Amino acid sequence: MANIISDETIDYVGILSKLELSDQEKEQAKKDMGRMLDYIDKLNGLDTSQVEPMSHVFPVHNVFREDVVTNGDVREDILENAPEQKDGQFQVPKTVE
Amino acid sequence: MAKGYETVIGLEVHVELATKTKIFCGCSTEFGGEPNTHTCPVCTGMPGSLPVLNKQVVEYAMAVGLATNCQIHQKCKFDRKNYFYPDNPQNYQISQLYLPICHDGWVEIETEEGKKRVGIHEIHMEEDAGKLIHDEWGDCSLVDFNRSGVPLIEIVSEPDMRSAQEVIAYLDKLRLIIQYLGASDCKLQEGSMRADVNLSVREKGSDVFGTRTEMKNLNSFKAIARAIEGEKNRQIDLIEDGQSVIQETRRWDDTKEYSYPMRSKEDAQDYRYFPDPDLAPIVISDEWLEEIRSRQPELRTEKLERYKQEFDIPQYDAEILTGSKRLADIFEATTAICQKPKKVSNWLMGETLRLLKEHDQEPEDLAFSPENLARLIQMVEEGTINNKAAKEVFEQIFTQDTDPGAYVEEHGMESVSDEGELRRVIEGIVEANPQSVADYKGGKKKAIGFLVGQTMKAMKGKADPGAVNKILAEILDK
Amino acid sequence: MDILDLTAIQLGEKIKKKELTALEATEAALRQISSNESTYHCYVTVDEEKALRRAGQVQEEIEAGRATGPLAGVPVAVKDNICTKGMRTTCSSRILGDFVPTYTASAAEALEGAGAIILGKTNMDEFAMGSTTETSYYGVTKNPWNTEHVPGGSSGGSCAAVAAREAFCALGSDTGGSIRQPSSFCGVTGLKPTYGTVSRYGLIAYGSSLDQIGPVAKDVADCAALLEVLTVYDPKDSTSVRREETDFTSALTGDVKGMRIGIPRDHMGEGLDPQIRASVEQAAKALEEQGAVVEEFDLSLVEYAIPAYYVIASAEASSNLSRFDGVKYGYRTEEYEGLHNMYKKTRSEGFGEEVKRRIMLGSFVLSSGYYDAYYLKALRTKALIKEAFDRAFEKYDVILGPTAPSTAPKLGESLKDPLKMYLGDIYTVSVNLAGLPAMSVPYGIDEQNLPIGVQFIGGSFQEKAVIRAGYALEQTREWHMPGSKKGGR
Repeated sequence: MANIISDETIDYVGILSKLELSDQEKEQAKKDMGRMLDYIDKLNGLDTSQVEPMSHVFPVHNVFREDVVTNGDVREDILENAPEQKDGQFQVPKTVE
Repeated sequence: MAKGYETVIGLEVHVELATKTKIFCGCSTEFGGEPNTHTCPVCTGMPGSLPVLNKQVVEYAMAVGLATNCQIHQKCKFDRKNYFYPDNPQNYQISQLYLPICHDGWVEIETEEGKKRVGIHEIHMEEDAGKLIHDEWGDCSLVDFNRSGVPLIEIVSEPDMRSAQEVIAYLDKLRLIIQYLGASDCKLQEGSMRADVNLSVREKGSDVFGTRTEMKNLNSFKAIARAIEGEKNRQIDLIEDGQSVIQETRRWDDTKEYSYPMRSKEDAQDYRYFPDPDLAPIVISDEWLEEIRSRQPELRTEKLERYKQEFDIPQYDAEILTGSKRLADIFEATTAICQKPKKVSNWLMGETLRLLKEHDQEPEDLAFSPENLARLIQMVEEGTINNKAAKEVFEQIFTQDTDPGAYVEEHGMESVSDEGELRRVIEGIVEANPQSVADYKGGKKKAIGFLVGQTMKAMKGKADPGAVNKILAEILDK
Repeated sequence: MDILDLTAIQLGEKIKKKELTALEATEAALRQISSNESTYHCYVTVDEEKALRRAGQVQEEIEAGRATGPLAGVPVAVKDNICTKGMRTTCSSRILGDFVPTYTASAAEALEGAGAIILGKTNMDEFAMGSTTETSYYGVTKNPWNTEHVPGGSSGGSCAAVAAREAFCALGSDTGGSIRQPSSFCGVTGLKPTYGTVSRYGLIAYGSSLDQIGPVAKDVADCAALLEVLTVYDPKDSTSVRREETDFTSALTGDVKGMRIGIPRDHMGEGLDPQIRASVEQAAKALEEQGAVVEEFDLSLVEYAIPAYYVIASAEASSNLSRFDGVKYGYRTEEYEGLHNMYKKTRSEGFGEEVKRRIMLGSFVLSSGYYDAYYLKALRTKALIKEAFDRAFEKYDVILGPTAPSTAPKLGESLKDPLKMYLGDIYTVSVNLAGLPAMSVPYGIDEQNLPIGVQFIGGSFQEKAVIRAGYALEQTREWHMPGSKKGGR
């Protein structure tokens, strides 16, 4: 395999994506990612030096809203699916020490 | 301090735009609603919801860019900044990294050391986060998304400032420009203008930058000045100690006058920016740019000059009047009605500023209508009320925007301009105070003051002092 | 006549003529669901009560002359990544196990506006990531043609439901082939519209620049009718396109005289099951006989589509799926210490393996130092692939080829080797990268008695060409559905 994924890389990716992996899962993830990146490296065979990256397929631009209030109070709806709520707000673990 | 050090400062200023609705949805931006009552699926990150850009945000950003001598990226787009935090409902913030709407501008500031240009690296549009409240009793935090999605522009300066004084001059300059454009009210205390300070120190004469830190949580000009002083000293101490400054984000604690690192091992500070596929690019045509340019209002410098020329207002007064958009607006609107610029200026420079100080308010908080001030000025001019009464009435206008005509009538404060009645009262006073009359006639001209006072007392303050003086003199000098 | 044998349009006509009622049709579909679900498991959620109530209402609307469209009274299924107000929407994930949307997706709204009756939400690969519907947290869906085989994915539930006659038609979503591949595996017709044609508002995003909702149906005519209903400019979706000439059913002419059809040699080579190759060749011949001009050509770049697709889709997914964090909706882990531990445990327990694999890959390719090498490289490749298609459509009205390199694999075979599974998307992903419309039409059955699908690809906004060609081909085919003449169970 050309792409060797280190423990540090997998831990780092875990921090970025907020995922916690067991040691066994980590080993599997390293293997899977390495193999996938080897496959993706196929793209290096393609000369794209003269090509602009294309994020949108169509030349659609300037899609705007006018600055007019259209939404009312739907707090009940917004909180309906909250795992935990308190006083009309979403409750989360303390964010400051 | 063994060596001489120089402080190098750059600012990241966030300004909440004065739009009616949020940047990507039709929710109101109004302050003060119950938690989560100004929210919808879009600004709470509900699955499947999609953003649609508020056009006014783009126009305000362009206006600020033009007013700060920026270049405009006529093709720009939004990127996602990915990080997890509960006040960020999608766990990414929609912002601009690769192609910000404005770049390479400058503003001129003036301090005791003279005039100087501060470069603006870029201005970009982004969405604000929600609010986290820390529940002391429940050992938890609570999230309110009312502010989530409120439009912001972030103005990133070049590291061109060298002192707290320059920083404050720069912030003041930005504040005035943006207020004049009507793009924001720029209130530091309320958070509609927020500044993060990037600061490093280096030996004087060095042309390489030191390692910088970013300081957050600065919510007044005074806090900014103290934070700059505190952080500068902290960094110099480290260097003098042979230690090195770590590039990091720090939180300024204004009560302890010290900054603390905000770093956590859970934050990688790797935001994985990429173009937001949910939003179409923005293409700004020359016509659109011209339209915004042509709509730019008169800014402070031009206004100040005009006040001096057109209204013959002295430099100092013109500076004060134009030093707040609100004050200048009231000045112009009132003058337009009563055509007495000097009088209007006097009321604003005098009573208005005094009352603002007394109420611990900013000019931006002024809420009275120019019509009422104009009416008051007119009433004084016409002699309907005297100056003393006018001040009392003005307090009512200042606090409650009271209609002066109605107030004066209701409280019977009109000056008695009926000369016949006034003359009768004065004749009575003269008769009842022979001693004062004798003193006056004997050369003690000051004695007239007592008689005036007696007259005013008898008239319950409703007489015009000018008229009283005139009639008294006539009678006494006969 | 069995009601369940009717196509959506046929059913709509009968209801309009008062030969049947919406309620009878709904009851028939619900009966079929209750007798077959334990075998196929096409649905995550079926809401009988709601469907029956709604059928009654729609019948009233029809009788009052207010619901007059071809789909009025037709019971349909909706993929479980399309939000439906008051009806649980899970994306087949544990993390959205109890999520009940408070709003309805624009596409589902359009469907209901046309008088369709939503029976329930169909099973899928978790967050539409997969090609077999085996990554669902709620169990696998089985192929109605042979229950030892997968229905394909990710819209496996929608396609299997139509094939098993548990719905008259359905909504799927297609990010890299997720409508077309399971349609080919289940012997149904599925169309992925041009990007921007159907609103994505309310579609729980996987790869936002690639996702499109589209119809799954028994035949081309039903697909065209559904597409007409779904094509609505939506100001709530910034990528929504204002389409002109949306009378897609007008392309159901059966006439392909002079139509220029290209077959990419690179879609017919190594790795393609010879029986499928034969089906495509037969289809080409059938169309030629109808007067179409068919020739082979080199599309090029085919081998770069999958790597580019996995970089772009995973990158977008890593960001799109970060909102699932246990704060606002869905699953939150039972025990945790502090915020970041809550995030990590919630997400690790809430997401399945394949989803985690793609989130991690996506986070990696966007991370500092790799963005240019992977993400921008993939966006450049995408531009080249789009150009290759543009060149092809200068010469051809439609492109014809296989939908997938094989027919439906056995259950449990594909997940052993994710990369191999990804390679199954070889003929479909480039269409998403280029934003083009494409349709899979059943054509032939292999020796395992599993259906084969052929794919028509059109230029941007050229759904009509796709429908025209697909419909003409369909006319040359003996009808087959599981349980009908040629099909088998």
